[in-house]
Amino acid sequence: MVSTENIHSADSPHVGLFVTCLVDLYRPSVGFAAVKLLEQAGCRVTVPRAQTCCGQPAFNSGDDRHARQLALQVLDAFEEFDYVVGPSASCLGTIRCHYPEMFADDAALLPRIEALSAKSHELVSFLVDVLGVETVEAGFDHCVTYHDSCSALRELGIKSQPRKLLASVSGLELNELQGTDICCGFGGTFCVKYPEISGRMAADKVNAAEASGADTLLAGDLGCLLNLAGKMRREGKPTRVYHIAEVLANMADCKSIGEGDD
Amino acid sequence: MQPNSRHFQANAESALREPNLQSALKQLESGFVAGRQRCYDALPEFEALRDRAKEVLDHTLDNLDAYLLEYEARVLESGGLVHWAGTPEEAREIVIRICRDAEAKNVIRGKSMIGEEIGINDALEASGFEVTETDLGEYILQLGKEPPSHIVAPAIHKTKDEISDLFLEHHRDLGFTKRQTERSALVNEARQVLREKFLAADVGMTGANFLIAETGSNVIVTNEGNGDLSSTLPRVQIVTAAIDKVVPTLEDASLLLRLLGRSATGQEITAYTTFTTGPRRERDADGPGEYHVVLIDNHRSEMLGSELRPMLRCIRCGACMNHCPVYGRVGGHAYGWVYPGPMGSVLTPLMVGLDEAGHLPNACTLNGRCETVCPVKIPLPNLLRSLRSRQHLQRQNSSLARIALSLWSWVALRPRLYQLLTRPAMTLLARLGASSGGFRNMPFASGWTRVRDLPAPQGSTFQARWQQQQRDRK
Ligand code: SF4
Repeated sequence: MVSTENIHSADSPHVGLFVTCLVDLYRPSVGFAAVKLLEQAGCRVTVPRAQTCCGQPAFNSGDDRHARQLALQVLDAFEEFDYVVGPSASCLGTIRCHYPEMFADDAALLPRIEALSAKSHELVSFLVDVLGVETVEAGFDHCVTYHDSCSALRELGIKSQPRKLLASVSGLELNELQGTDICCGFGGTFCVKYPEISGRMAADKVNAAEASGADTLLAGDLGCLLNLAGKMRREGKPTRVYHIAEVLANMADCKSIGEGDD
Repeated sequence: MQPNSRHFQANAESALREPNLQSALKQLESGFVAGRQRCYDALPEFEALRDRAKEVLDHTLDNLDAYLLEYEARVLESGGLVHWAGTPEEAREIVIRICRDAEAKNVIRGKSMIGEEIGINDALEASGFEVTETDLGEYILQLGKEPPSHIVAPAIHKTKDEISDLFLEHHRDLGFTKRQTERSALVNEARQVLREKFLAADVGMTGANFLIAETGSNVIVTNEGNGDLSSTLPRVQIVTAAIDKVVPTLEDASLLLRLLGRSATGQEITAYTTFTTGPRRERDADGPGEYHVVLIDNHRSEMLGSELRPMLRCIRCGACMNHCPVYGRVGGHAYGWVYPGPMGSVLTPLMVGLDEAGHLPNACTLNGRCETVCPVKIPLPNLLRSLRSRQHLQRQNSSLARIALSLWSWVALRPRLYQLLTRPAMTLLARLGASSGGFRNMPFASGWTRVRDLPAPQGSTFQARWQQQQRDRK
């Protein structure tokens, strides 16, 4: 396997970073932020090259054959690490919760898949729950609101962890979003198959963000973020949109999602 | 009711532009959702009850044949009759035959979803019977000739104004010439009209929330008491119920009742909970002379033998639709048949066919809020996903989406090719979008850009940058 490593020390946990396809393609800065946060927390981080997509789009579209093939690709690329961590509850939720379902009838592979699932974590919850990180060294002089993604909230039980770390960011004030347990309307292929419904859901979320009084919206899943940033732009809202990892890693000095030069 | 689910897309889009419907749907969160949450917070054993309910129902479904036979035996002992119907047609024929044999003219109905499922009203009317719905919501819909849009609150889409107009139009001839606008006055008017119907009825039809195997009883819950009147006043009672309504014991029914009202409307218990067993006995002051139960399968035994079996645990509380962000935007009629929302998106394809209802399993973001509130822990998102797998295997999903996704998977299974293709593509896209930061239109992504911009990517891919950085470090 071709891989690259930032060596810390031999006994620090060795994390395979699952970049996720959306971060890889759309927002590399989130990947770098994830590496920084993991290294700051004492991990040795490797980014396997043989990674692309976790298979969720195929799985959610009923294409179980491709979903399983992609899961096996992830298994091969990440099995060797102590942990698999990625900046998305949606993808890591697929690995943690749905991979075992995909191989439920495969007695030969199931134990390996289950072992992989058990050591796979969404980034922020990994920092807080597994590594015991309490604070980050970052500053962000803005009033933010936080959107809980559905996979974070309901598949992985992530709610307090991002808030805990955000509380340690200097200058940051958090205004909670009304209806934070309601989906933003992304839903993978749903958003292009049913644009009108999806658009209404996104509009309601964008309005709730505005009503919170925050100038910045954060979330931990790029799917939601692209949906919401795209809707903000379409509606002419000034709210800026970042991935939470960018703020926690003190790397939110780049352009926000969907922000132009002019 | 003729299914209209294949037009989900168009139905949904017009629903989104319907201001009355939109304001009615806005009440769901502050009403039912908040109500359920209050009940949840007030009952420490709520989660334990959910687990227990799931266990009881799974056990029942594992032994469904035995419990149904036990139930039938108890009904017969109590002097009632049990009729078995495989299909909606058979069920309709049985009901009509009972009404004919009883030389009935007027039939009153307590609200039941199975009645909608088998289309009993139209069939009875076509056979010359006069049918009156006695649940206020259903009565309003009967006047307006509309199907229900919610399984618990069937007329939730109707505004008070529309109801005032309907009542004036239909009750004028009965002497109610004033257009009532107060809630209580409207209820009172309906009560007076319906009272006459109750007294004139020959046959009372109800559904069943539960059938109890150990006693042969059926249980109905209402908030208006119309179910009690429908089952006690007429000389003939007909209970129509699906085979998955049976539970082993009274104890099991009371467990489920504790969950039902709380999950449905945020009530600890509904206003009326009525147990009926058989026809009137000699020493009884009132009750029907004949007691019939029509047990209906309608594809449920197929579900029992498939991966969709958990759906048969459903106790029809409606919590899944109350909490569904799609239902909350488009309302129940968009789904095009009797059962809307998440539970309907599983049931409808099974009952009217996956080709007719192919949209429904897909019109869902799989956000999972329904599953977390379902009192009997039905894994609705997984069941919808199973239906998508069936569609995929039967090649029933749209070919464009199929090809696009297969192509994506094919490339994603070849990481080198993937990186080779994505790096220049993202670089180009980033360059094109750099100055504005996003795109208002994007060929091949019109579904996305119809309602929102497509944010521009940052530039080259993470993998490309990372590998470059690693090389630079060395
Ligand atoms: S699926 Fe669950 S939440 Fe929905 S109506 Fe049935 S019991 Fe209630």
